[in-house]
Formats: sequence, structure tokens, C-alpha cells
Amino acid sequence: MSRAVAIEVSHLGKVYDKVRAVDDVSFQVYAGEIFGLLGPNGAGKSTILRILITLLHPTSGSARIFGLDSVKDADRVRKTIGYVPQERAIDRFLTGREHLELLADLHHLSAEEASTRIPQLLKLVELEAQADRPAKTYSGGMKRKLDIACGLLPDPKVLFLDEPTLGLDVPSRLRIWDHVRAMRDRGITVVMTTNYLDEADQLCDRIAIIDGGRIKTLGSPTELKVGVGGDLVSLTVREHDRVDTLASAVNILPAVRAVKTRPNGLDIRVDSPEKALPAILEAANRLTCQLEFIDYHRPRLDDVFIAQTGRSIKDDQPKDDDQ
Amino acid sequence: MKEYWQEIRALTMRWVRRLSREKFSMLFTLVQPMLFWLIFFGNLFQRAADMQVTQAASYISFLTAGVVIMTVLNNGLAGGVDLLFDKENGFLERLMSTPIHRSSVILSRFIFVMTITSLQVLVILAVAWLFGVQPVTGFPGVAAILFIGMMFGVGLTAISMAMAFSVKSHGDFFSVLGFLSLPMIFLSSALVPLTAMPGWMGFLAQFNPMTWAIDAVRPLILQGWTEALPHVGMVIVVMVLFDALCLYGGARVFRRAIG
Ligand SMILES: Nc1ncnc2c1ncn2[C@@H]1O[C@H](COP(=O)(O)OP(=O)(O)O)[C@@H](O)[C@H]1O
Ligand SMILES: [Mg+2]
Repeated sequence: MSRAVAIEVSHLGKVYDKVRAVDDVSFQVYAGEIFGLLGPNGAGKSTILRILITLLHPTSGSARIFGLDSVKDADRVRKTIGYVPQERAIDRFLTGREHLELLADLHHLSAEEASTRIPQLLKLVELEAQADRPAKTYSGGMKRKLDIACGLLPDPKVLFLDEPTLGLDVPSRLRIWDHVRAMRDRGITVVMTTNYLDEADQLCDRIAIIDGGRIKTLGSPTELKVGVGGDLVSLTVREHDRVDTLASAVNILPAVRAVKTRPNGLDIRVDSPEKALPAILEAANRLTCQLEFIDYHRPRLDDVFIAQTGRSIKDDQPKDDDQ
Repeated sequence: MKEYWQEIRALTMRWVRRLSREKFSMLFTLVQPMLFWLIFFGNLFQRAADMQVTQAASYISFLTAGVVIMTVLNNGLAGGVDLLFDKENGFLERLMSTPIHRSSVILSRFIFVMTITSLQVLVILAVAWLFGVQPVTGFPGVAAILFIGMMFGVGLTAISMAMAFSVKSHGDFFSVLGFLSLPMIFLSSALVPLTAMPGWMGFLAQFNPMTWAIDAVRPLILQGWTEALPHVGMVIVVMVLFDALCLYGGARVFRRAIG
């Protein structure tokens, strides 16, 4: 693939006091894609983002945004990016419109530019009706929309979103996803972090799975899922002592790729479920091995995550913060 | 330069807007607790305070200079609070990810705090005037008082902002603040002249920049230019040193925190 590279991160490292938050991370983000950093809390996602937006200096390695170094050309980087922080970075006492007016001045927009762009953005994020109310009266979803409008105000080439839907209800999340897709469609490169698997799966063009400050794997959600192996068929057997017999019978079936035994059943990776399922059932029948339960699913990003990190992302998932 | 001004104006307006949105805090900013010191302390100690010692027509006229500088002290030391909240809720990060001069946020804060402090000092002087305290040096004297207050305020605000950037939690910030302000007041000439203090307190009070500020403001109110000028000259030297020290330390902390 020869696509234009928007962001080039090479051998990035960041050590806080003694904590190694980011460890030799390298990746590229292509222009015009939605790139996701997926990982549990404390994985180092925000740290990477803060380096990219010039707020943190890396301990080692470098990051370039459209060829500009995040440390040496920090001023010019800041002119090309928009940023939506992880915390609701909202001033409770200012109205939505005043937030945008403030940022317009900080991005040195002229009065005319500001007065055309601000109403457009308020419309885009559907905050027109509440634009002149202080932000303390906003719901979590509305604050997030304002956050995003603030990030878009400078008309950035790259937009950085840190956990854009953390703690939001489902409808608000879906709407934020729509906004993010709309930005990509307008040609903006989006880099976002998330610890929601479904979000990474459905929203991002490519993702890097991060754990303990390192990239575990990188690719499009589909590539990653294919990489884990085929679809998964799980059987639960009534007589547990028949598991091994069944396993050896299933293992030699043509459409079966791999078989793993559990105390009460089998996990079978299959290439094509249409061929494999009947064959597996027939084998069980032949051995008069009674099945209690059959589950079939395509590989999910959960499976990728578990395969790469050895644990589930939900194991240490914190409670969503309140709104 | 034009851009610099655009940033600073917008950031300063934000502080003004925040204040005006909180009706109560707006009210209490103008009718500050310091006024109670002036009114209650000033009148309460009228008979208890010895005129021979205070060298003033009334205790309240003696106390006015102290209350003026105490106002500067409180405002200055609290000057970093809003930045602390901005740091904690991520707003500062948002501001700093924009292409502004790194110093704009700090400068806007100085401008805002100095303006509010000056207004409060004027309110104090007006209330003192109601109790019969008229600065003998007139309006030029009042201007000089404001100038001295600002010089002291700049250093204090710098300390406060440096603290806001370096503390781990805002609990720490307020503990240090509470810990700092009372000794600063008692170990100064705000409430009694140094000559009337126990020796060790008077000794320590000499090193308090607040004492120097008060000793210059007081003759501007009570005595006149001839008596005041040497003190004013002296306080300018002291404050230049004090501000230089605070700004240097503050700039280091700021650079480490924000880069
Ligand atoms: N300012 C800081 N000082 C010290 N340690 C930090 C700081 N910020 C983050 N860390 C540590 O770095 C690691 C990565 O944090 P972070 O990048 O915020 O992760 P994520 O955004 O993936 O949740 C964590 O172990 C965190 O405790
Ligand atoms: Mg984070």
C-alpha cells in the first residue's frame, strides 16, 4: 500500500519518574483514516496522544505530524491539529458559544472567520439550541459534543480524540461515531484512543492494540480477526469423559483448523462453518456423544485482544466515570 | 504581536466572564472578608490600641495600610487557584494544545488578578474614608498605593501559580495557602508596628516583604510625601528583588510543567 503518511511515530518511549508508560512504540497513520489506539486503562494511550499533540516531550524516539517534529516544530504542529482531551475539558461557567469564541482567538482566527465557522460547528454537533447556556447545564453527551466542536474549530488536518465516548449512553455514543466518520469523510485524519472493543471494531479503519506501553499488534479490525484464526465453534459435552475421544475424531475433519479441549467440551477453529458444522455434528453422532450446548461465533476483537495480551480487556476495566 | 494580544485579551476576558457568572463570588469579591478586618478590627481595637504606639489618630487609620496589603496578599496567594482547576480538569491542556504563546495564560492571569486587586483596594480605601480615614497624599498617594500593591501582588501571584503547577492535588494547594497567609500577616506590621512587637517577632517581621509594603503605604495615608518617599523608594527596591525571585522561580516551574 502506498498511501500518504500523516503521522510517523518511531521508537517512541516515555518514562515518568520510574514508570515506563510508553516503550519503544512505532507506527504510522495514513492520511484520511481513522486510527485507533486500543488498550486497557494505564496502557499508555493518553501518553502517546499527549506526545503527538506536543504537550509531552518523549524520553526517547520521535513523532512527526505531516513531517513536523513534535518537539522541534511544536509551534507548527499545534497549528495543524485539533485535540479533544480525555477529561471533559469544559469551563462550567462559559456557554458553548463562548468556548468556541475563546478557541477562535487562541487559534488566531479573524472575527469574520470566527463568525462564520462557529455557527457551522454548533450546527454540525447539534448544539445550536443550547449554545448560549452555561456548560454546567449540559449533559455528558452535550459536553462531549462541545469538546468535539472545540477540536474541530481550527479546521485541523489531524484530529486527536482521547476516549471520545467514555461514559456516554448508547445513543450519544452512536452519534459521536457518526461525527467521527463525517470528519474522515471530509478528509480529516483522526487518531483516537478507546478501551471499548466494539468502538475500535466498528469505527476505526486500523487499530493498534496497546498493553503495558507496547504495541501488541496492528492492522485493520478484519485483518486482526482473521489473524486469530477462523470462526470458533464451542461444544459442551454431556459426558465429560468423552471429550478426548470427540477431540481426536473432530481433529481429522477437513474444515477444522485447530481443536482445543476444555474440561467439559471443545473449542474448534474452523475455516468454513457451512462445511464444518455438519461434519462435527455427524462425528458426535457417530460416537454417540451427546452435546449439551453449541456456540458458534466469528472471531471478535475480544479474541484478538486475548490472543495478544493473554487476558480480557474487561478484566481491569474501570467503571465508566459519571457524567 | 497582534496575535499575542488577541490571545491575552481572550484569556483575560474568560477570567472576567467566569467571575461575572458567579453572582455570589462576584459579590464577595467586592465585599471581601478584608473589609470586616477593617471595620471590626479597626473599631474593636480603637480603645485597646495605644495611640502612642501606633502613632495614628485612630486604630482604624493605622490599620488601613495593613488591610490594603492584606488584600493584596490574599488575592496574590489565591491568584493561581483557577489555573489549578484548569490543570485538574484538563482545560489547561486544551489551551496549551492551541498555537498560543506559552506565556499568554500566565500573563492573562496577572492582568486579571492585578485589576481585581486594585478595585478591591479602592473599595477598602473608600470604606476607610467613610470611617474618616483620608489619605493625606490625595489621589497621587492612592495611585502610589495601587502601584506598591501591584508590585507586591505580581510576586505573590507568581508564587501561587508556581504552586498551582507543582502541587499534586488541590488539597495540598489550599493547605499550603492556609499555612502561609496567617504567619505572613502576624509577622508583619499590619496589625501593630514592629516596635511594639515581642523582639523575636519584630526580628522576623523585618524579613517579610509585606512589612516593607505596609511601611510605605502607611505614611502615604497618615503622614505625607516627605515621610513616605524614603519608604516608597525602599519598597520599590525590595519589591523588584522579591518579584525577580518569584518570577524566576515561577518561570522554572512553569517551563517544567508546560514546556
Ligand atoms: N503525569 C504522570 N506521572 C506519572 N505517571 C503517569 C503520568 N501520567 C500517566 N502516568 C502513568 O503512565 C501509564 C500510562 O498512562 P496513560 O497514558 O494515561 O494510560 P491510558 O491513557 O492508556 O489509560 C500509567 O501507568 C500511568 O499511571
Ligand atoms: Mg487515557
